[in-house]
This record gives sequence, structure tokens and C-alpha cells, in this order.
Amino acid sequence: MTKLTFIAHDGTHFDVDAENGSTVMENAIRNAVPGIEAECGGACACATCHVYVDEAWTAEVGEPEAMEEDMLDFAYEVQPNSRLSCQIKVRDALDGLIVRVPERQG
Amino acid sequence: MTGIISTDVLIVGAGPVGLFAVFELGLLDLKCHLIDILDKPGGQCAELYPEKPIYDIPGWPSISAQGLVDKLLEQVEPFKPDFTYNRMVSSLEKLDDGGFRVTTDENEVFEAKVVVIAAGGGSFQPKRPPIPGIEAYEGTSVFYSVRRMEDFRDHDLVIVGGGDSALDWTLNLQPVAKSVTLVHRRPEFRAAPDSVNKMYAMQEMKQLEFRVGQVTGLTGADGQLASATIKGGPDGDIEVPCTRMLPFFGLTMKLGPIAEWGLNLHENLIPVDTEKFQTSVPGIFAVGDINWYPGKLKLILSGFHEVALMAQAAKRVVSPGERIVFQYTTSSTSLQKKLGVSG
Repeated sequence: MTKLTFIAHDGTHFDVDAENGSTVMENAIRNAVPGIEAECGGACACATCHVYVDEAWTAEVGEPEAMEEDMLDFAYEVQPNSRLSCQIKVRDALDGLIVRVPERQG
Repeated sequence: MTGIISTDVLIVGAGPVGLFAVFELGLLDLKCHLIDILDKPGGQCAELYPEKPIYDIPGWPSISAQGLVDKLLEQVEPFKPDFTYNRMVSSLEKLDDGGFRVTTDENEVFEAKVVVIAAGGGSFQPKRPPIPGIEAYEGTSVFYSVRRMEDFRDHDLVIVGGGDSALDWTLNLQPVAKSVTLVHRRPEFRAAPDSVNKMYAMQEMKQLEFRVGQVTGLTGADGQLASATIKGGPDGDIEVPCTRMLPFFGLTMKLGPIAEWGLNLHENLIPVDTEKFQTSVPGIFAVGDINWYPGKLKLILSGFHEVALMAQAAKRVVSPGERIVFQYTTSSTSLQKKLGVSG
């Protein structure tokens, strides 16, 4: 199990055990993290699972692919560390990953 | 206004469940007309994730969303359904004879004996960009589509977005507007490369301005915009003149005017019974993702089951008293005749 921490917009921490191979979005939904909507269900077809990756983790998590960049155009307050959480796959190297949930989705 | 369009069943939404409703209703000799806000059939499958595989359609270990839509269109073809695209249903009125009159946002009038709402997550509508106070300018200075180019003549126009709509209107409105500023959060575009090249060429000739960044603020009064603040570009925060704005931020889904039809609602979903999938108004049915009942799962396959049962009930509304003989497509010669196949 890989540990992930979601920090909701109000500052609440959600520490979850995530299975490798699942997406960060799926773990947010499973643990009812507020502010992650995932309207399209993980098809990279909306921008409602937008998160900010903690600065210490941006290099390990990596950059969005072109299709994800395109979807990020529709997200709210996009920053250099913005990612769509449905496109981040959980793996051993992400143990301890921290992501923040924006004020709103789109 | 054109004449009234009459049909047995008016289906609101041409997604997979609306399409399969045509099949089940067609087997019972009911003629269908579908209305959809998109410019094509398939709903979310076609608009949001056409190339994504679906793994839980019985009999199809894997099928792309568009592939499923194409197969459904092929399956309903024998029943010759009519389609009206790019329209949103607006009002619904009950007629004295028991049927319904439904009007669209373009004032087409439909009369049907039965209405089936298969509207999925609701109608696709332009997404409002996250700019504080933008609501105050919508419809007067901020528009989400271009109905008449003349509305933009001699205005300081700001277009926001990086897709084809944003680029096409940047190019088309440039000769009409007083000034055009295109704002996109990055220098890469989703739009056709040819349009992007043309845009850059016009920028070279100082015919328009392209700025990297996000619009974060608006100024103006009484619905009339004056300027927009753009943040995040290399020049820091800048203010540009803006008396008209066209944001292209994709689509979102909303229940829309159906909410005003007098149906009971449950958190923006339409409660139905699980025998007929009928709403609180007899003769109006709801199937697929838009309906709600205990145990509801938003699966395409659940929608398929729902339309089969709904069709039986709809037939009883259209042809009261007529005996419905339950038949299998595998063995019934009369069903096979309707399908244009021989057993």
C-alpha cells in the first residue's frame, strides 16, 4: 500500500492507503475527499479532478501529457504544479505523496 | 415558425440509452423523434470520450464509446427515427388529448403522445469561466457563442480559450471588431494548426494581440464591460480594453429547462418507478443516467434494461386497450419483418 495525503481546500488532511496501479482520483472518490468531482469518471475528458501536487513531489509525479494539458485549459486557477488526479497512477515511488485540492473545480 | 412536428414518442437526448429506446419502441410500432443539444448522436459517449473503451456492455468484452454509438445507430436504422440536433427542449405543455407539446429553444414545436427523457447528465452547456462577477455581464457583454457577428462590430473583443471555437472566432471577428485580444493560458493550442498559424501571422501584422495568461478580473457597470485583467503572462498583470468577451471553456452538463416541467425531482435527477420508468407525470418517462430509483446504477446497460420496460408502458399510453403480445426477435416473424431481416 502506498500512502497518499489529500489536503482539502479548508485544510483538512485525508491520509489514505492507495493500491498501486489505481489513480489518485479514484482514491479521492473512494475516501470522499471533498472538492474532487471527477464528472467524466476518469476518462481525461473533463477537468473536475484537478489537484495541486506538493512542490516536493512535482519532479517525481512528472508532467502532464498533451491531452491532459488540453483538459487543464478548462480547470480553475491552473498553476505550474496542476495535474488531473485521474492521470496520476499510484506506485511505490509516490509513497507519501501530498496533493492539494483547489478551491473549486471549473 | 415551422409547422408542428408530430410523432408517437419524443425522446429528449440521443445518447446510447435514447438510441436504444428507439429500438425497443420501434418493435412496438412506435415512431420516435430525438432531440439533442449536440450536433451529433451519442451524447457523452460521442462528446466526452469517443475513443475510450467500455468493458461492461454485455457481449462486447471491449468496445469504444463511439463504436457503441455507431452500432446502436445501425441497430435502430430499420425504425427510421428522426433527429433534431443543436436544440435544447425548453417548455412542455400537456394537451387536452393526453399528449404533450414540447417547444425547443429555437421555437420548433413538437407534439407527441409520449415523452421520454433520456438526457443523461443533462444538456451540455458552455462552462462559465471562473472569473469573479462574470454573471453580471452575461447576455449583454459576455457571450458563449456567436449568433450574429454584427453584435461584435466596433467592440474591443477579448476571446478566451485555446480550442477551435476560440481560434475560429478570433480569425472571423478580427475584421469586424475594433480590437481583438486572444487569451490562452499557454502558447500551445488545441485548435487546428492552420488556424493557429493564421493567428500568429495576424499578430505579426499587429491585427490582433495574443496574450498568454488567465483572465482574473473584469471592470464595467450595468452589464457593460470596460476592461479585463489578464494575469500570469510574462508582463505581469495587465489590463486590456474589453467591451465584449467570448469565453470558450468547454462544456458542462446541466438539467436545464426540464427542471421547470413540473416533474418531481430528487437532487437534479428524476425519480421513476421501476416497473414503467415513468415520472410523476403519466406519459412522461425518464431513462438512463437522468433517472433515479432505489438501487439505481448509472450504467449504460441499466439504461438498456430500463428502455425495454418503459417501451411496454409507453405502448399502453399510445394504444390503450391494445393487447401487447410479448415476442422474441429471434423467433418472431413479425418482429423480424420490422427489423428488415428474415429468420
